[in-house]
Amino acid sequence: MAKIIVVTSGKGGVGKTTSSAAISTGLALRGHKTVVIDFDVGLRNLDLIMGCERRVVYDFVNVINKEANLKQALIKDKRTEGLYVLPASQTRDKDALTHDGVEAVLNELAEDFDYIICDSPAGIEQGAQMALYFAEEAIVVTNPEVSSVRDSDRILGILQSKSRLAEQGKQVKEHLLLTRYNPERVASAEMLSVADVEEILAIPLLGVIPESEAVLKASNQGSPVILDENSEAGQAYSDAVARLVGEDVEHRFLEMQKKGFLKRLLGGK
Amino acid sequence: MGIIDYFIKKKQPSSASVAKERLQIVVAHERNHRNQPDYLPLMQQEIIEVIRKYIEIDQDQVSVQLDDNDDCSVLELNVTLPDR
Ligand SMILES: Nc1ncnc2c1ncn2[C@@H]1O[C@H](COP(=O)(O)OP(=O)(O)OP(=O)(O)O)[C@@H](O)[C@H]1O
Ligand SMILES: [Mg+2]
Repeated sequence: MAKIIVVTSGKGGVGKTTSSAAISTGLALRGHKTVVIDFDVGLRNLDLIMGCERRVVYDFVNVINKEANLKQALIKDKRTEGLYVLPASQTRDKDALTHDGVEAVLNELAEDFDYIICDSPAGIEQGAQMALYFAEEAIVVTNPEVSSVRDSDRILGILQSKSRLAEQGKQVKEHLLLTRYNPERVASAEMLSVADVEEILAIPLLGVIPESEAVLKASNQGSPVILDENSEAGQAYSDAVARLVGEDVEHRFLEMQKKGFLKRLLGGK
Repeated sequence: MGIIDYFIKKKQPSSASVAKERLQIVVAHERNHRNQPDYLPLMQQEIIEVIRKYIEIDQDQVSVQLDDNDDCSVLELNVTLPDR
């Protein structure tokens, strides 16, 4: 049976798709058969970040409407063994994802996969609620910034009342993933620290991903940043995946690094 | 920047701590409202209308809150009346 994990945030542009791509790749690298689903109907982007945009033929809505079967719609990742992408539809019909349709697709995927990662759209409306409804675990992506933290708290409220597990009187397992973290700005007290955000949201910390140029570079190339093993962001995602599967890994990249002269000269990031 | 400005500036809370404090307040407030029944905002609106028949009050002078205790729920209505 597959474990269904939603990557969600409330606020837009905080790094859900970046994180979904990195985490699903990381799980597959560890030998878990993984599928990552783009729930952002009308604003498909996961395909670009995964670098499979030219191989999209059918999409999630085609499968729900039975215009294609799952086998036809799933895109096998070319870089990572055991990783598949189910792209979002570009339709403008917001109600294209029906409750029963999504459930049927997830049930079919669950027979084959170890992990199902759901990349949620922004907001707290129907699309975001559909992405989180069936999840057993939730990765709440948050930036150290007031509006993002507040929206994360709202999405936690929805997870605790409107998810399937909540309706059954159970709890979705919640993880905090703090992204675009800038230790320099935290050190000069311009930016909320990890401890501040943890204190306010009061959920366990899965990882802290530093603000990193490697992320833009990875998106440009269509290669999940976790594959850039030399980058801090890539390493931080690897650590987060290890924690997600239950390993005890110490947090890194939280402190300001004092760059040596040579490193600065060579443009070390 | 003069040395006096420097010391005055130091005393002000940091940008991050202002953010944290504001967040704590708003998040606590919203969590309180999270578990409240859907009819509450509408009820609050109607209560305000009724009071307005008699007294001039603003929207934010009335707060309605439902507190769930173990064996009973308490509906708390707070109206701040303007100075006479
Ligand atoms: N750690 C990081 N360092 C630098 N840039 C980042 C980082 N994480 C994300 N970004 C950038 O932030 C932008 C938004 O990222 P992304 O598309 O993953 O967010 P999203 O939450 O999926 O957005 P949406 O709500 O629109 O779906 C992108 O330009 C991405 O490159
Ligand atoms: Mg996205």
